[in-house]
Amino acid sequence: MDLEREFERVVAAEHRVEPRDWMPDGYRKTLVRQIAQHAHSEIIGMQPEGNWIGRAPSLRRKAILLAKVQDEAGHGLYLYAAAETLGADRAELTRNLVEGRQKYSSIFNYPTLTFADVGVIGWLVDGAAICNQVPLCRTSYGPYARAMIRVCKEESFHQRQGYELLMTMMRGTPAQREMVQDAVDRWWWPSLMMFGPPDAESANTEQSMRWRIKRHTNDELRQRFVDMTVPQAERLGVTLPDPALAWNAERGHHDFGEIDWAEFWRVVKGDGPCNAERVAHRRQAHEDGAWVREAAAAYAAKKRERAV
Amino acid sequence: MTDASWPLYEVFVRGKRGLNHVHVGSLHAPDDEMALRNARDLYTRRNEGVSIWVVRADAITASSPDEKDPFFAPSGDKVYRHPTFYAIPDDVPHL
Ligand SMILES: [Fe+2]
Ligand SMILES: [Fe+2]
Repeated sequence: MDLEREFERVVAAEHRVEPRDWMPDGYRKTLVRQIAQHAHSEIIGMQPEGNWIGRAPSLRRKAILLAKVQDEAGHGLYLYAAAETLGADRAELTRNLVEGRQKYSSIFNYPTLTFADVGVIGWLVDGAAICNQVPLCRTSYGPYARAMIRVCKEESFHQRQGYELLMTMMRGTPAQREMVQDAVDRWWWPSLMMFGPPDAESANTEQSMRWRIKRHTNDELRQRFVDMTVPQAERLGVTLPDPALAWNAERGHHDFGEIDWAEFWRVVKGDGPCNAERVAHRRQAHEDGAWVREAAAAYAAKKRERAV
Repeated sequence: MTDASWPLYEVFVRGKRGLNHVHVGSLHAPDDEMALRNARDLYTRRNEGVSIWVVRADAITASSPDEKDPFFAPSGDKVYRHPTFYAIPDDVPHL
């Protein structure tokens, strides 16, 4: 069929698919699911760090953290807007999230126990997100690619503020250094899980690569992240909690230990430390905001009437 | 759960003086004024712009689905509108 051949030609030529173009149903569905999950992750991702805004140790750290969390809200909105260009309904996306029908990144189902977690999230979690997101700036769907370009520009601040926070704590007392190491111990493995299941078990990878939605496999991106992070950990003076982690000169990459995939699937399926709390919190915030949405709509309607 | 759904607005930002407004994305807002405020918070948190336009998405008239179909053909065959149409010898300076 002509339309399908034209679509494939555009994608193969590295041109971008735009909202009003014809596209296969599967392409549209895959994108809506991926972009929605991505948007939900940004929105839920505000919670673990948001926990520490009121308890940040200085005005400087509080202002930085506020700006970071506000950015994550912005990322969620850019992405919801991109999903809407595919015909998704915004209110329904929110319903899918608060009613548990759509997922978000499992990393946000872990708790933030100390202020060092704020630094480690910036360094490792935003760091892993950057690894995932940089190739998405060239993803085949135009609005998604453009949203990712905006996001990536802002992420580098997120990662750097985290690393700087950790460097500051590492120059502090022994207790502060211990706090940093403890946070690294807790976040390292979940960060590696952010890249998704191993390639052999990743159901959607092949088709997504053919459609140029994805450009690298989960395992490739995970390896890239490990290679980037090891020297940063050394410079910081922390130990990554993996005895199998070692440079492999032959491969030109670091080898690393086996990920606990049973834990990964447990958390994905809803049984992580904070799954219920995160969704309940989002639902509460949405419900508490209902009167504001209604009042603003009523006010706008009244103004329109007066203008006639 | 109630959903008083707000209309969709498209957002255009002028990056700096001398440049055109460029489409940056969209957002929902109850009215024009709130759309402008939300656009500022969402799309210009780091001085990305000196001026913002917002327009309701349903007020936009667009060319037909395919972004480059017969609608653009009238300009497609007028290659003489482009400077590269004209062969000028390499030794002519500044042209
Ligand atoms: Fe983000
Ligand atoms: Fe971030």
